[in-house]
Amino acid sequence: MTAVQSRKLIVLAAIWAVLLFAPYWMAPLGGYTALATRVLVLGLAAMSLNFLLGFTGVLSFGHAAYFGLGAYGAGLSLKYLAASTPLAVLCGVLLGGICGAILGTLIVRRRGVYFAMVTIAFGQVFYYIAFQWSSLTGGDDGLRGFSRAPIDLGFLKLDILSNANVFYYFVLFCFALAVGAMGFILRSPFGRTMIAIRENERRSRFLGIPIERHIWIAFSLSCFFMGFAGALYALVNNFADPRGLHYSQSGDFVMMAVMGGMRSFWGPLLGAFIFVVLQDYLSSITVNWMSFVGLLFVLVVLFFPRGLLGFFQRSKA
Amino acid sequence: MNVLEINNVTKRFGNLVAVRDVSLNVAKGELCAIIGPNGAGKTTFFNLISGYFPPNTGTIIFDGQDITKLATDQRVVRGMARTFQITEIFPELTVFENVRIATEVASGYRLRPWVNRAEAAKVQQHVEDTLKLVSLENKSDRLVGELAHGDQRAAEIAMALALKPHLLLLDEPTAGMGDQETYQITQLIRRLHRDSNYTIVLIEHDMRVVFNLADRVCVLDQGRMLAQGTPKEIAANEAVQAAYLGHAA
Repeated sequence: MTAVQSRKLIVLAAIWAVLLFAPYWMAPLGGYTALATRVLVLGLAAMSLNFLLGFTGVLSFGHAAYFGLGAYGAGLSLKYLAASTPLAVLCGVLLGGICGAILGTLIVRRRGVYFAMVTIAFGQVFYYIAFQWSSLTGGDDGLRGFSRAPIDLGFLKLDILSNANVFYYFVLFCFALAVGAMGFILRSPFGRTMIAIRENERRSRFLGIPIERHIWIAFSLSCFFMGFAGALYALVNNFADPRGLHYSQSGDFVMMAVMGGMRSFWGPLLGAFIFVVLQDYLSSITVNWMSFVGLLFVLVVLFFPRGLLGFFQRSKA
Repeated sequence: MNVLEINNVTKRFGNLVAVRDVSLNVAKGELCAIIGPNGAGKTTFFNLISGYFPPNTGTIIFDGQDITKLATDQRVVRGMARTFQITEIFPELTVFENVRIATEVASGYRLRPWVNRAEAAKVQQHVEDTLKLVSLENKSDRLVGELAHGDQRAAEIAMALALKPHLLLLDEPTAGMGDQETYQITQLIRRLHRDSNYTIVLIEHDMRVVFNLADRVCVLDQGRMLAQGTPKEIAANEAVQAAYLGHAA
């Protein structure tokens, strides 16, 4: 094993150790378990967006739509179908992913700013649907009246509703599944074509890669992951909010990804951690918490254009 | 047998006729050079062959099949590879990774979520062989973006070769090179042509390279095919001298 490989393994082990023990180290530092859960869920969303942004090189500014659809999918399933958490997660993933895949066919022909604009436009369509269709979605008040159901494994009952730590580990398990899948895809021949498209679209085309089809697949996969994160978010809050579909939420995800470092796999998780913790801390002090987060964002973009993790990786190398 | 048959293609951009009624046949194993003054339509002609855009009229037959309306990636799958006047590579990936992507796509693995050990070993072997062919085997772990210009050109050619093409299109392979690098690339192209029997069409400005390498030279001028022939015939052609060589000399 080379030095680079072993260092990578150590870093990976450290990341998972930090996540595994989060409920125990967050509390003494003034945090709480539910905050760690939020970091994981929003981190997964930012990583899903970055799957597209950082590794295929196309910027979606409407990814909150698929996040919000995941949340509504899970919420509606719990409310109207059955009190089953796995079913709710599945419904969320499918709703977000399938809508993304369908709209993706229209979106992937555009590039650059036009791509971003079209993703915003489609995202807003879902926002207004959720906002207006009050009888189903609860409209502006959001979807209420459901809660995550405890999971019965037969030999073990997981009380994810009332035990915050158990719920954290349930979310961590889901997070690990999704992140593992993303890492696996990125190391595959298909994942390498995504990176090729990011690096040089013309060269990729002249290597015989049908660019639009590959971007569509990457976009759809990213929407499935986004739907997964959204479904978990509905479970976190026992609530689905139309603002979760809004383009300003998409902007938050882009901020997390860019702040943490969009060329690094784990960067968006770090970005989400900073964003969520700052929000939690600052919003108890001032209503203008967003201006501080914004200021930090500007500083990061100016002085660490590769994001915080990108900067650390560079200085080590 | 002809690998490529181009029949009367024309390409207009608004009022400008960039390529006017040009025909060209390229036989298997032939090395055909396209020359012409700036703005003669050489790169447009290349873009028509490789499918960057379709011609307004005319047909393009490749390996006996009409490919006039096919998209670029479909042409590549059928065995056509090209390089660009300005090197098109993946600068932040290593030489090995650059050529591996090309190899995996050519092996039909581009949509695969994984490859098994045997397949991965085969890909690895093919990448190493290709890098040896262009003398980059000692630089396989370097980032392509950090290589010297000549090595970047060689890496681009390696990516094209990794596609196992029946036809190799090289757009000014020696552009921006010093004498030493030009010599090396010329030697490389000669090896590909003579030893590996590739069919090659290249655009080139450097007359030493053209007359050194080509079996046949085609002269484009103002979008028209002015003359075709062996390097000797072209050098003796008065119309060509007037249009092109006269200015250059």
